[in-house]
Amino acid sequence: MMLELAADQGVSIADSNLDDSPLAIRGLTVSYGQKPAVFSVDMTVQPGGMTAIIGPNGAGKSTLLKAALGILSPLSGQVTVYGKPLEQQRARIAYVPQRASVDWDFPTRVIDVALMGLSRQLGLLGRIRVRHMSRAMDCLNRVGMRDFADRQIGQLSGGQQQRVFLARALAQEADLYLLDEPFAGVDAATEKAIIAVLKSLKEAGKTVVVVHHDLATVTDYFDHVFLINTRKVAEGTVAEAFTAETLQSAYGGRLATAQIDQISRALG
Amino acid sequence: MLWDALSLQLGYNATLVAIGATLLGVSAGVTGTFLFLRKRALVSDAISHATLPGVCLAFMALVAFGGDGRNLIGLLAGSAISAWIGLLCMNWLTRRTRLAEDAAIGAVLSVFFGFGIVLLTVIQTMGVGRQAGLEGFLLGSTAGMLWADALIIAIGGAATLVLVMIIRRPMTMVAFDPEYAAARGLPVHRIDLAMMGLVMAVTVVGLKIVGLILIVALLIIPPVTARFWTDRSDRVVLLAGLTGGLAGYLGAALSASAPNLPTGPIIVLVSFGFFALSLLFAPVRGVLAAVLQHLKFQRRVHIRQGLLALAQGQKIYEPLTLRLLKRAGLARADGVATEAGKARAAKALRDEKRWEFVRADQAHEATAALYDGLRDIETVLTRDQIAEIDRLIGGPQEIRP
Repeated sequence: MMLELAADQGVSIADSNLDDSPLAIRGLTVSYGQKPAVFSVDMTVQPGGMTAIIGPNGAGKSTLLKAALGILSPLSGQVTVYGKPLEQQRARIAYVPQRASVDWDFPTRVIDVALMGLSRQLGLLGRIRVRHMSRAMDCLNRVGMRDFADRQIGQLSGGQQQRVFLARALAQEADLYLLDEPFAGVDAATEKAIIAVLKSLKEAGKTVVVVHHDLATVTDYFDHVFLINTRKVAEGTVAEAFTAETLQSAYGGRLATAQIDQISRALG
Repeated sequence: MLWDALSLQLGYNATLVAIGATLLGVSAGVTGTFLFLRKRALVSDAISHATLPGVCLAFMALVAFGGDGRNLIGLLAGSAISAWIGLLCMNWLTRRTRLAEDAAIGAVLSVFFGFGIVLLTVIQTMGVGRQAGLEGFLLGSTAGMLWADALIIAIGGAATLVLVMIIRRPMTMVAFDPEYAAARGLPVHRIDLAMMGLVMAVTVVGLKIVGLILIVALLIIPPVTARFWTDRSDRVVLLAGLTGGLAGYLGAALSASAPNLPTGPIIVLVSFGFFALSLLFAPVRGVLAAVLQHLKFQRRVHIRQGLLALAQGQKIYEPLTLRLLKRAGLARADGVATEAGKARAAKALRDEKRWEFVRADQAHEATAALYDGLRDIETVLTRDQIAEIDRLIGGPQEIRP
C-alpha cells in the first residue's frame, strides 16, 4: 500500500517539469551507522508554493532537509536545485535551522545575526555599510524584531529567536526557503508573524519548504504535502496526499483513529 | 626596578622578551577567542603537547646532519609538523570513529607527550644533548633569547594575526551556527582546520617564551576574561587581544625585575589576575554584580508587593517588606501607609493595569518584553502613549467636589 502510493505520486509528478524544479531529490539514502534514517527517497518540490514535510517523530524529516542542503552527506542519491547541482545554487537557497541547534548565550546581537544573511555580499573583508545595515534592519522589521536589534540574542524569548533566524534567511534574498520546524515551541504571535512572512514570500513567487509537525494546521498553511516515514509515503497537493489513508500509512498506530477522522472531516 | 622593566630599560634581553611576549599575548588572545567561541578550548592543549616529539626529532635530525641542534627555525618547523599530525589524528578520531572529542583530545595529548618525553630522555643521554636545553620548551626559557628568536616570534605572531582577521567572519559564523554555515556553502571542516592550524602556529611561536605546557593558558584565559565585559563577539576578540598583550608585557617585565623569576608562568599568573578581577568585578556578568543585582531586585520585589498590598488594603506579614517600606517612609511601623505610601501604592496599582494592557497588545511587543512586574511604566513609554492607554482602560477621572 505504501509503495503503491509512492509509486503513483512519483509517476504523476515526474511528468511535470522535473528539471527546473526548485528542489529535486532522487534516490536519497542517509544513514546514522547501520540504520537508514531516510531510505531511497525521491522528492520534487513544486515552484512557487508552500510544501510541508510531515511524518512521525524520527521519520527522517529533518535529516531529509539537511541532506538536501549538503549538511549531512548521504550514502547515495542526487540533489538538484533549479536544475543544477546544489553547489552551484547555494546563493538561491536560504535555510532556517531548528532553534535548539545553537547556543543562545553566544556573544552576538540580533542585528549581527541578521547581518550573517548578507555574508556573501560582505565577503571576507568588506566593511558593513549603511545599505547592508538598512537591509538587515528591513528584514528584522518584516518579522517584527526591529526594536530588538541591539539586544543580546540570549535575552529573547523562543519565538523571538525563531523570528531572528527567519530574518537572517530573508536577508539572503533567496528563491528557495527551507525551514526546519519553525513553529515548534513558539508562541501564537510568532506563528502568525512567521506564516504571514512565508505567505508574502509565496506571493513574491518564492518557494517555501517547511518541516512541520502540527497536522491540524497543514490544510490552512500549505499547498503541497510530502509525507515521509523513512521512505516516501505520499507526495502531492494537500487534497491528493494529505488524506486519512496516507496519514494512516505514515503514522501507523501512532495516530488515534479519532484524529484521522477529524482530519478527514476537515478535508471534506 | 619594576619601573625600569616596564619602561624597557633593563637591558637588551629583557626588552626583546617583553616585546616578544606582548606580541605573543595579542595573537594568542585573538586566535584563542575563536577556539573559545567554537567551544573547543581543550583542543589547544592537545595541539601544544603534540609539539614535543617534533622538537626532539628535529633536534636529532639537525645534529645527525652536522648542524646546530639549537637552530630555532629548525626546531619550530619540527614542532609544527608533529603538532599538525596530532591535529589530524584528533580530527580523524572525532569524525571517523565513535570516540567523542574529549576522549580524542586525551588520547592524542598523552600519547604524543609520552613519546616526546621518551625522545627527550634519549637526547639527554647523547653527548651533545645535555647542552641543548630542549627541556626549556616545556615551560619556556627566555634567558639568552636572541634578536633572531624575537624576530621569529614577531613575524609569526603578526602573520597569525593577519590570517585570523581575514577569516574572522567565516570562523564566527561556523562557531555560532555550523549547520547554517554549511547550508550557505561554507567549508565548515576546512574552516575548523584552519582555525586549529592558526592555534598551532601560535603554539609553535610561543614555545620559546611560555613553553608547551602553559601556552593553553594564553589562548584561553584572555577570551574568557573578555567575555565578562561584552556581549559582542568582535569586541571579545578585541579585548582578548588587549588583555593577552598586556599580560604578556606585564608578565615579562615582572619576571625581569627580579632574578630567577620564570617568564612564562609569571605571564600566565598575570593573565589569571585579569581573569580573577573580571570574574569578581565585571558589570552584569561578574560575581559581585550578580549578587548586588539579586539583592536590589529582591528589595524592589518586596517594596512593590508591599505597595500593591497597601493599595488593596491587605495586611503585610513579611517582616522584610515592612522594614523596607518603613525605611522608605512609605508605611508606619504598624503597617499603615503614610501619605507618600498611599500615593505610591495607587500609582503601583495603576501601573499594573497599564502593563496588563501593554502586554496584551501585540503592537507593544518590544515594550512588553521588558515587563518584570517592577518597572515604572513611564521609563519605557512616552507620556502620550501612557495617556492613550489610560484613555483606553478608563479608570479614575478627575474628582469633582
